[in-house]
Amino acid sequence: MISCQNVALGYGARVVVEDLSFTVDAGDYLCVVGENGAGKSTLVKTLLGLQKPLRGKISLDGITAGDIGYLPQQTQIQKDFPASVEEIVLSGCLARKKFLPFYSAEDKATSARHMELLKIKSLARRCFRELSGGQQQRVLLARALCAAKKILLLDEPIAGLDPEAAADMYKIISELNRRGTTIIMISHDVDEAVKYATHILRLGDKIFFGTSEDFRHA
Amino acid sequence: MLETLELYLQYPFVIHALIVGVLIALCSSLLGVTLVLKRFSLIGDGLAHVAFGALAVATVLNFANKMLLTLPITIICAVLILRGGQRAKIKGDAVIAMISVGSLAFGYLIMNLFAASANLSGDVCSTLFGSTSILTLTEEEVWLSVGLSILMVAAFVLFYHKIFAVTFDEDFARAAGLSVDFYNLLISVVIAVIIVLSMNLVGSLLISAFIIFPALSAMKLFKTFRAVTLCSVALSVVCAFAGIIASILAGTPVGSTIVAVDALAFGVCLLLGGSSS
Repeated sequence: MISCQNVALGYGARVVVEDLSFTVDAGDYLCVVGENGAGKSTLVKTLLGLQKPLRGKISLDGITAGDIGYLPQQTQIQKDFPASVEEIVLSGCLARKKFLPFYSAEDKATSARHMELLKIKSLARRCFRELSGGQQQRVLLARALCAAKKILLLDEPIAGLDPEAAADMYKIISELNRRGTTIIMISHDVDEAVKYATHILRLGDKIFFGTSEDFRHA
Repeated sequence: MLETLELYLQYPFVIHALIVGVLIALCSSLLGVTLVLKRFSLIGDGLAHVAFGALAVATVLNFANKMLLTLPITIICAVLILRGGQRAKIKGDAVIAMISVGSLAFGYLIMNLFAASANLSGDVCSTLFGSTSILTLTEEEVWLSVGLSILMVAAFVLFYHKIFAVTFDEDFARAAGLSVDFYNLLISVVIAVIIVLSMNLVGSLLISAFIIFPALSAMKLFKTFRAVTLCSVALSVVCAFAGIIASILAGTPVGSTIVAVDALAFGVCLLLGGSSS
């Protein structure tokens, strides 16, 4: 679905990642690991089409940047934002409606289905900022699913979660992957990542790309 | 007291002031929630000072319609501030402070150097704290503000969900293909227009109170974006109405009376919100 050949990423004159090659096939669970500043966020922005690679080409086969559901890191603004779970999940449907001002019954059904799937249906009318960290991530995941189901791009989905909520999140992501969604996950936690992912991409001085099996032996 | 009110309500200029005051309150509160949440509470203040500076220049240059100069300059500054806040080397609040203080000083300096009228401090005071021109509105001006307000509300309703998405999570909105920059631009242009239009009512120093007080009060009471938006509009309209009536009865300045009522409402909401949670 996605293939990167000898790509260089960065901002302006500053190259963050050089000579990066990897592929993602349908049904893969790719985990991207690396130190801070290794270029994880830059890779995310480039995959989403918000930024162009400095050199090389990223080809998307059979999908467009709009087919990627994105779970961003939480921002400071969201910590005291008055919004209900339903409002947030529904906003994922905006990706598909460029000029229509209002949500259709179909959009509402889609968001209800994804809330059901992630077991947050009962929280629909609750205020986002009053939920626990794990619940908040589920809400944002449901929103990402509303935007696109083929590929999910998750930027540190377990950052700041307690161990129990983190384990729960990993389970949900694996479950989504089993149902056929391709997963690209950015993570700090290499040990956990290897346990669940099928492929690993490590950014940094020595770039590694391969299956988790190979990564464990390397 | 009621008789006095009844007497005043017979005059068309009082009715005009009420209509226009309430409409300005309505429009300024619509975007208040977004600005507060985006940490741009002070943008109203900064832009109002820019409008003051521009107004001073227009006065000195003897513009027949001062808005021709004030409006474009304020819009340009609004765009500069919002853009600057995102990626410039100077941080958002510093840019706002710089532009706002700079244009305030510049405007006063110009008015001082090229004073057109004998009553300089009177002129400055009425520009800063609101003039009595809300009581001398012509019928055309009233219709103009009715038309502009309808346009504003319609645009807000049409873009409501997108404004929500852009306010809540810019990164996600951008990834979902919304042109975040366009919506930010739209928000800043609209806010500049509202500020220039409402300068006559409250004056340039008090405008930001119009924009942020109802939003802050509503956020104390409600927890969904829609409820907060609706509540802040309702609060703003009620406070403006009550403020204008009170100012007529008590003979106090219109702008500061409305802001005082807004502040009072905020206090009540703070108590109510504090006791419920």
